[in-house]
Formats: sequence, structure tokens, C-alpha cells
Amino acid sequence: MIGWLRRPATDTQVTHGARLWLYLVAGLVMIFLVVPSLIVIPMSFSASQYLEFPPREWSLRWYESYFGSREWMRATATSLKAGVLTMLVATPLGTLAAYGLFVSRLRWVGAMMLLLMTPIVVPLILVGIGVFYAYVRLGLVNSLLGIVLAHSMLALPLVVMIVTSALKSFDMNQEMVARSLGASRPRAFLLVTLPQIRFAVFTSALLAFLASFDEVIVALFISGGQNSTLTRNMFLALRDQIDPTIAAISTVLIVGTTLLLALVQIFGRGQR
Amino acid sequence: MAAGAAALHGPALARDARRERARLFGLSLPAVLLVLVIMVVPVGWLFWLSFLADDGSLSLEHYRRIAQHPSYFRIFRTTFEVSLATTGICILLGYPLAYLLSQLPRRWAGLCLLAVLLPFWTSLLVRTYAWLVLLQRQGLINSWGMELGLWQEPLPLVHNMAGTLIGMVHIMLPFLVLPLYGSMRAIDRDYLKAAANLGAGPTRAFWLVFLPLSLPGLVAGATIVFILCLGFYVTPAILGGGRVIMVSMRIATDIELFFNWGAASALGVILLVLTLAFLYAASRLARLDRMLGGGAR
Repeated sequence: MIGWLRRPATDTQVTHGARLWLYLVAGLVMIFLVVPSLIVIPMSFSASQYLEFPPREWSLRWYESYFGSREWMRATATSLKAGVLTMLVATPLGTLAAYGLFVSRLRWVGAMMLLLMTPIVVPLILVGIGVFYAYVRLGLVNSLLGIVLAHSMLALPLVVMIVTSALKSFDMNQEMVARSLGASRPRAFLLVTLPQIRFAVFTSALLAFLASFDEVIVALFISGGQNSTLTRNMFLALRDQIDPTIAAISTVLIVGTTLLLALVQIFGRGQR
Repeated sequence: MAAGAAALHGPALARDARRERARLFGLSLPAVLLVLVIMVVPVGWLFWLSFLADDGSLSLEHYRRIAQHPSYFRIFRTTFEVSLATTGICILLGYPLAYLLSQLPRRWAGLCLLAVLLPFWTSLLVRTYAWLVLLQRQGLINSWGMELGLWQEPLPLVHNMAGTLIGMVHIMLPFLVLPLYGSMRAIDRDYLKAAANLGAGPTRAFWLVFLPLSLPGLVAGATIVFILCLGFYVTPAILGGGRVIMVSMRIATDIELFFNWGAASALGVILLVLTLAFLYAASRLARLDRMLGGGAR
């Protein structure tokens, strides 16, 4: 231990001992980042209304109240449907746009790129009320189609950004070779380019799903009734009182997201 | 064969290339259309609404009311204070973490990065809820603090400014750390060795060499955090308990309770203009930094 403290940590001979404060600060910040979301997991198994930690009595009552509630189940189904459909709309649209803009060197490419990025910059609350205003006239309020369209629009920048950065590191000459050997543009894209950027496409699809699944503000305005999303219901429940059922839902969401991420990691390993 | 040779003629080839480029450009049209129809047109519509009086005539009535009413001024001030404080705390907490991560061997850094990525991927609502549970009167932090004798009465940690800031810093921190870490990794270590070689101690080398080189990443991260904070809604609405009113929350109440589209739109337009102005200013600043960095080389 003492030896480690005296050992240099950098090329410029700063020792680990002299850096101890940095390790401490960074460690505390990491604890601050990770622990709050994880501590909800054991708390969700508490029998008490006040969610003790550690729970004095263990129970599954909050899970029962989640999985047993028709309201919560319907909201979960809506969110899953919206997420999957958003993924299916945003991924191909975003990939096509990224590819088209990347290879076509027309003058307007920069402007189009900027336009496709606007959903990130415009405050979500403004998007929310704007879309709500438009949907009232189009009759799309409280409809799954409406949610999917709005969420796809919000997810597009993510897809375009990730796919574009993958294309930047891809050697376009390969596609040219395929075409000089007689492949058409679409065929060259499908057989040569797409397989090599598939990890980026896959990642962006997953992000599109999560972007939709986690989205609260726009869904708050445009979803409701039969098609209320899970996040909307959670938000409304939280605004009024602390319902311990949310702890159970949170645990399910944390576990689900972690599994999805692990899936990406495994898929990514197979790539290399 | 003869026809093929004719097609290899210059102008015909150029026409062909132009046509293909236009076709490729067309691939982006569905995405562009989606953004136009679902976002640009509705937000443009709100823009128009914000200039209409209640009787439908063109007027600056909504903007005038915002300019005159002190309550609106307070809301904008709160929004700025919360955003500035969140960004500041994020820099204080995030810089040391990103710095350490950039110094660690890649294997360890990857492991520690998980600590940043896990909250990044966890739903925002879940994290806000976690803080609500931890910070409430009978919550974990208050009960442990009192058991350890650190304080006697439960501290008011939530449904106020403190709770809002804690929650927002937690949510924004990854947005600062990730770009900052990336830019720190890209810094050439040889500069630090050169500084040491020229007689600078570690502290001096950090302040004179490393910090300036990491500024573009810091500006980028801080800009993202600040802009996201300006439009934040969920966390202050839940953890602020009605005591911290930000612009986006006022917009929501104007619509939900009063159906006042003009007032809400005007607030939204101001929020958007402020966001864009800030983004523009930051982009100038970041470019300036890159130029300074280039000059140092």
C-alpha cells in the first residue's frame, strides 16, 4: 500500500499519494452518479409505504400493484409499441438521410443537416405544445400514430448523427469498386456499405427505441386515454404523491435497459 | 458499343453525375419532411400565434405583458439561476472526474466510464424518482443523518431549490463528463512532458498547458448542459414542488390550465431565441478556443 502511494501515477512523476484527493473526489462523484438509481432496487422490495432502506420487511406488493394493474400494463404496452414503431420508422429514415446527404455533394447538404438537427436544439416543451396544437387540428391527439410520428422526429437527429459518423470512417472507394464491377447504387449500398456500418445502425435503432420509451414531455401533451404512455402515467403519479409502485416500475426499467445495453455490447464484440 | 462511347462524352457524364447526386439527395427527403411537418410547421404556427391578440389581430400584446409583469421576470431569473448553478456545479464535479478518467489506463477508464454511462441510459423519470425517495422528510438521507447525529430535525431537501439542483446536476453530469473526457483523451501527453522538461511543476503544467487544451471540450459540455437546463421541465416540476418555477413549467400551466396559446407561445418563442442566441455565442467561443489552441502549437 505504502509502495503504491509512492509510485508515480503519471509520466511527470506525480505519485499516487499526491493524487489521493483526486481519487477521493472522483470516487465520490461516481458514487453520486450510480448509487441513487441502484438504491431504488432494494427499496422496491420493501413492504412499507415509506420505502425503507434496508427494508425491514420484504415483500412483492409493489410489483403486484404494477403487474396487477390494468392501467399500468396498458401504459407499458403503449410505450413498448411506440418505442418499437419509432425505431422502425426513425432508423431507416435517418440512415437513408445520412447516407444520401453524405454521398451527394450538393450545395444544400449543410442546410438539410442543420434542419435534421433542430429537434435537439428546440426546447422540448415548445415541441410538445406545437405538436399538440397541430394534432388537435389533424385529429391525432391520443393516437399511437401521433406518438410514433412525434417520437420518430425526435429520434431522427440521433440516428443521423451516429450513422454519419460511421460513414465518415468508412472507405467510400469500396462502394465505387462494387459499382465498377456492375452493382447498382442500391445493391452496392446493401451489399457493401450497410454490412460495414451495421453496428452504428443497430446502436442508433436502440437509441431511437430508448428515446421514445423514455420521452416524457411531448407524450404528456399528445398521449392520453387508451394510449397514455408509461412515462406520462409515471410523471402524473409522481407529481401528486410518492407512489411506491413507481419503485417497482423503476426497477423493471433499470433491469430492462441494462439488458439492452449488454445486448449491444455482446453484439459489438462479435463485430470486431 | 457506339452508344456507350458517346455516353462517355464530357457534358453527358456531368449531366449523369448531377442527376445521380440529386437522386441521392432525395433520399433525405422523407426524414426532412417528417421534421418539417411535425416540428417546423407547428413551431412556426406557435410563432405566429404569439403575435396575435385575443381578438385575432396582430399585436405585441403577449410580449408586452411578459415585459411588464414582474412575475415573468422572476420566472426567467429563476430559469437562468438554476441553469447557471447546475452548469457550475457540473463543472466543479465533472472536471476532476473527467481528468482522472483521462489519466487512467484505458481498461480502468472503461470500467469507470460505466459509472457515467449507467445514469446516462437510465430513464430520467426513474432518476428523479430516486432522488425524491432519498431526499424526502422520512427519506434515507434524512433518517441516516439524524441517526448519526449530524442534524436533529429533518432537513428540507426536496420540494425546493436544493432538491431541484441536486436532481438536475445528477441528470446533467454525464452530458458534461462525456465530451470533456473525449477531448481530454485527445490531448497529446507530449505537451505535458515538454512542460515538465522546461521546468514546470505538475501544478503549473496543469494550469498552463492541460487546462487551456481541455477548454474546447469543457465549453462544449457546459453549453449542452446549460441549453438543456434552460428548457428543463420534468425534474424541477417534481423535485421543486411548485417552489421553483421555470419557463417551461409556466408554458405548461398556461396551456393545461388556461388554454392561453398566445401567452404560452410568446414564452416559448423567447425561450427558443435565448437558446439559439446562447448556442451561437458558445459556438463562437469554442472556435476562438480552437484558434488559441492552434496558436499554442
